[in-house]
Amino acid sequence: MRAWLRHHALSFAHTARRFAASPAATLLNALVIGVALALPLGGHVLLANVQQFARGIAADAQISIFLAPEASTSEIAGLQKRLRGTPGVRSVAFVSRQEALDGLKRVPGMAEVIATLRENPLPDAFVATLAASDPELAQRLARDFKSIPRVAYVQTDSAWMERVHSLLRVGRTAVMLVGALLSFALVAVTFNTIRLQILTQSNEIEVSKLVGATNAYIRRPFFYFGILQGIFGGVVGCAIVDIAILVLNNDLAGLGTLYGANVRLELLGRSDGFAVLTFAAVLGWLGAYASVSRHLYKIESQ
Amino acid sequence: MGTDLISFSKVCKRYPGGYEALKDVSFSVEPGEMVFVTGHSGAGKSTLLKLIAAMEHATSGSVLIAGQNVSSLRRPAIPFLRRKLGLVFQDQKLLYDRSAFDNVMLPLVVTGHPWREAAKRARAALDKVGLLDRERANPIALSGGEQQRLCIARAVVNRPNILIADEPTGSLDTEYADAIIDMFRSFNQVGVTVLISTHDDRPIRRLSPRVLTLNRGSLA
Ligand SMILES: Nc1ncnc2c1ncn2[C@@H]1O[C@H](COP(=O)(O)OP(=O)(O)OP(=O)(O)O)[C@@H](O)[C@H]1O
Ligand SMILES: [Mg+2]
Repeated sequence: MRAWLRHHALSFAHTARRFAASPAATLLNALVIGVALALPLGGHVLLANVQQFARGIAADAQISIFLAPEASTSEIAGLQKRLRGTPGVRSVAFVSRQEALDGLKRVPGMAEVIATLRENPLPDAFVATLAASDPELAQRLARDFKSIPRVAYVQTDSAWMERVHSLLRVGRTAVMLVGALLSFALVAVTFNTIRLQILTQSNEIEVSKLVGATNAYIRRPFFYFGILQGIFGGVVGCAIVDIAILVLNNDLAGLGTLYGANVRLELLGRSDGFAVLTFAAVLGWLGAYASVSRHLYKIESQ
Repeated sequence: MGTDLISFSKVCKRYPGGYEALKDVSFSVEPGEMVFVTGHSGAGKSTLLKLIAAMEHATSGSVLIAGQNVSSLRRPAIPFLRRKLGLVFQDQKLLYDRSAFDNVMLPLVVTGHPWREAAKRARAALDKVGLLDRERANPIALSGGEQQRLCIARAVVNRPNILIADEPTGSLDTEYADAIIDMFRSFNQVGVTVLISTHDDRPIRRLSPRVLTLNRGSLA
């Protein structure tokens, strides 16, 4: 156990020395990996913010339910109760045909038109406000409401919701694709750095093996190196995104005062940061593993 | 058979490309022996020594070290075999990016010895070959003979019971070569089994040791 710990401590010191031996290369690699991570990460942050924003607007997502003219007062009361009790509906407002007509009269030019009518052609209606901005929920509820007796017509304004959601979906797919591509870049950077290290250290590796080093001993510092380099890059990536958000928020604040709204982007949370570092560490390990498997093989087969 | 430390039986070694470097070589070495391997250049001396350290593998026949068949050793077991051997290579294989001391430390570092104890043993090994005052020097700053002694220090630092040296006196003048050979003799006198290859017959005339002579891959 002590020997095992010592092995690991030594490998770690070894790795640290390799970083310290070429600070410029270490910094440059961290920067390359950081930028590669910052692009999809930034996209992810933007999307999350837009989604949040969309959810805010969706408080207004509504379904209008128009009633048949023959609906009686008690039927209307029963219907209101039923609508209120439906899961997914936050609130229900009744708009009587008279209120609707009064509202219409206030629209300039409509009063004259309405005056020519012998009777009120508008139906009674309910306006149901939904609890979530979920186009599927809106559509399902609309279908349900349509089958209720005395309901003549149901109108959803979920079209815009669907548009926003499908845009978000496209955005998410794009971020995933960019993320996957740039993950390859991260793996490739690690792969190549470690390839160079193995080349420059081939003497040390060969001699170490001749005096009794195991393959595990030879490989361990490279794995540490890959993981640490990934984490460095992850830190740089998070820093880039957070700095970008701070800069953007500065501009958005100006925009906000112009429009009287408070628009600002959220910084990366602790769990986001942790996820990015873990992901970067795993990718670094992957690059190291691939490189070590590929490039140590020749020396190891001796 | 049971007492042999090293035992070759009907060993053939054919290199990729078809060259047969060793043909039907059989011999054995008992613990505590000091054996010289001689022969012309290209006779197969290095090849024979490399088979013992599993740096090459026999094409046929068997190489037993302390009863263990090296030619059928699985790869993960090779480091543990090498830890029991002390190796001096024909091309030295010193590392020039570190001090003489760190070169001698390497066999102990890769086996995870506690640093303090390892440093003590490394200094003792350097002292034995007369290089203690040069421990901070880079091997490149040492003379050819000093570099050879550094290799010996690295070979003995893990206290092997078999010491294998491939032409350790290759490019040294006779006096210096004698001193190096005497160094191996002193290790042999404390019980280490020693195998030395050379194409110089001076130590053989001087010490009249046991000699294995190779001629185009065959034992004479
Ligand atoms: N890796 C190799 N691949 C192919 N042929 C090899 C290899 N190593 C050695 N040989 C050949 O095997 C033969 C024996 O080589 P070896 O190095 O054992 O000779 P040696 O007796 O040590 O010679 P020297 O005194 O010059 O060191 C030589 O003809 C050499 O060309
Ligand atoms: Mg040779």
